[in-house]
Amino acid sequence: MTSLPASTEKRLGLVIDLDICVGCQACVTNCKEWNTGGHSAPLTDLAPYGAKVDGVWFNRVHGFEVGEGKKSRTVHFPRSCLHCEAPDCVTVCPTGASYKRSADGIVLVDHDKCIGCKLCSWACPYGAREYDPDAGVMKKCTLCIDRIYNEHLESHDRVPACVATCPSRARHFGDFADPLSNVSKLVLDRGGYDLMPEIGYKPTNKYLPPRPRRTDAREVGAERAYLEPDIDLANPLLRWVNQLLSR
Amino acid sequence: MHPAFSVIFFTTASGLGYGMLALLGLMGPAGALPIERWFGVTAFGLSLAAISLGLLASTFHLGHPERAWRAVAQWRSSWLAREGVMAIATYVPAGLFALGWVVLETSGGAWGGLGVLAAICAGLTVAATSLIYRSLKTIHQWHNGFTMPAYLLLGLGTGALALQALLHLFGEPRAAVAAVALGAGLAGWAVKWAYWRFIDESRARSTAETATGLKGGRVRLLDPPHTQDNFLLKEMGYRVARNHSRRLRLIAQFAGFALPLALTVAALTLPTLPAAMAAVLAALSGGLGVVVERWLFFAEARHAVTLFYGASTV
Ligand code: SF4
Ligand code: SF4
Repeated sequence: MTSLPASTEKRLGLVIDLDICVGCQACVTNCKEWNTGGHSAPLTDLAPYGAKVDGVWFNRVHGFEVGEGKKSRTVHFPRSCLHCEAPDCVTVCPTGASYKRSADGIVLVDHDKCIGCKLCSWACPYGAREYDPDAGVMKKCTLCIDRIYNEHLESHDRVPACVATCPSRARHFGDFADPLSNVSKLVLDRGGYDLMPEIGYKPTNKYLPPRPRRTDAREVGAERAYLEPDIDLANPLLRWVNQLLSR
Repeated sequence: MHPAFSVIFFTTASGLGYGMLALLGLMGPAGALPIERWFGVTAFGLSLAAISLGLLASTFHLGHPERAWRAVAQWRSSWLAREGVMAIATYVPAGLFALGWVVLETSGGAWGGLGVLAAICAGLTVAATSLIYRSLKTIHQWHNGFTMPAYLLLGLGTGALALQALLHLFGEPRAAVAAVALGAGLAGWAVKWAYWRFIDESRARSTAETATGLKGGRVRLLDPPHTQDNFLLKEMGYRVARNHSRRLRLIAQFAGFALPLALTVAALTLPTLPAAMAAVLAALSGGLGVVVERWLFFAEARHAVTLFYGASTV
């Protein structure tokens, strides 16, 4: 059904820690790897060996720079479906293919009903929906429903592929409806926030801001003394050797 | 937004068809049109063909055209579904009304009621089409008060121009139809002019800073997540060069409004044959102008997702 559930029992989603994401793209890769064989399979690649490579991915990592000069910093920014509470990507769907589950709040596409009108991708400000021209249907992140409930996996593996693989533990999975869950606590402790709150979709996924810097980028690293040669340049022989080596 | 041919053709052709249908449904029963068989066949033929070809074209861009029938299911929440429902519903009063006109050569009494109903349905269908775009919070250039009036007025205007041309060809020009063409044309022009000012002077509340939520200054894209365009950039990253859009706006205003308005006035005063030629030219020019206008409607629309791909405002 395309109408949204008034509320959902659980609110499953992710917390992404922008302070420690190193932009290694491991989550991007493991997401593709899992999902190209999972619920939405295949995540079609178009011209994978051609000049204009294209294909369906559910998770993308952008690199942003914020601020100017000495105070500026680089932030690695993973972007995927936020499984919003009130998203128009569901309500605009004319067929009922796009839906939000009342049990856990996950937003999914029924690929047997989708007519490929792409309207839901127009309604998503977060770029979370990628059309598969080969299959003629819309595809998107499923929060790995085929992992998180999968009893064939060890219990510690029942998390989304991106969370399982993150080497710096920048991604966390849990239930936001439970105030004592790991994700709820992280949001509370670290000031987790919504992307584009002004649109009003109430994203479930939250981002943790980079922590304030203790030192500026230029103040860390080797001390100046180590970088300059510590030799007596009054001595002509040493000066000549220094010039020779500095070439 | 990528200006797809199928959607541009769909909205302009169906807008013209519904505009014409609304005028037949209202002005026929009012006695302002010739209730005559062959005029009826041609007028309803043209109007319903424009609507049907437009609807057909709109299914071309679907990934699964054979499933298009599913698109009416979610009328409770989706403007696209509501548009589909209204488009199908319109055929019923429109078909019956056309039958009375063509077979019985009447538009009085209950037949006239069907005409009014067809006109209301036509208006609601075009309104629903416009609300598909109007309702998208992700696109500032569509999510505003200009979208619906523009669709309604341009549909009515092109419909009136087509009807006027037909009346001239049948040797039965009607000043009332010319008056509608002039009124809708002028009002449509004013709305589009105000709309272009609006999109030039305002931006969405969302920015690269609200999209990323990062604090501490301006946010700039340093490292895009992929090297080639993906679906998002192909579908939603379309940008038209500023000088191109200026020129196209002038073309849209000249072909869509200025020339048809002048030719409509001329047709009122010229003798039969040149008047008919002027009316036909006015209809063709108006149609072309609205196609350009619709192309711009898509090409000038900036989607919020581009904020993740280097845009600082949309
Ligand atoms: S991120 Fe986009 S696709 Fe996902 S629920 Fe929100 S609006 Fe829908
Ligand atoms: S592309 Fe598919 S899921 Fe998206 S709105 Fe259209 S029918 Fe619904």
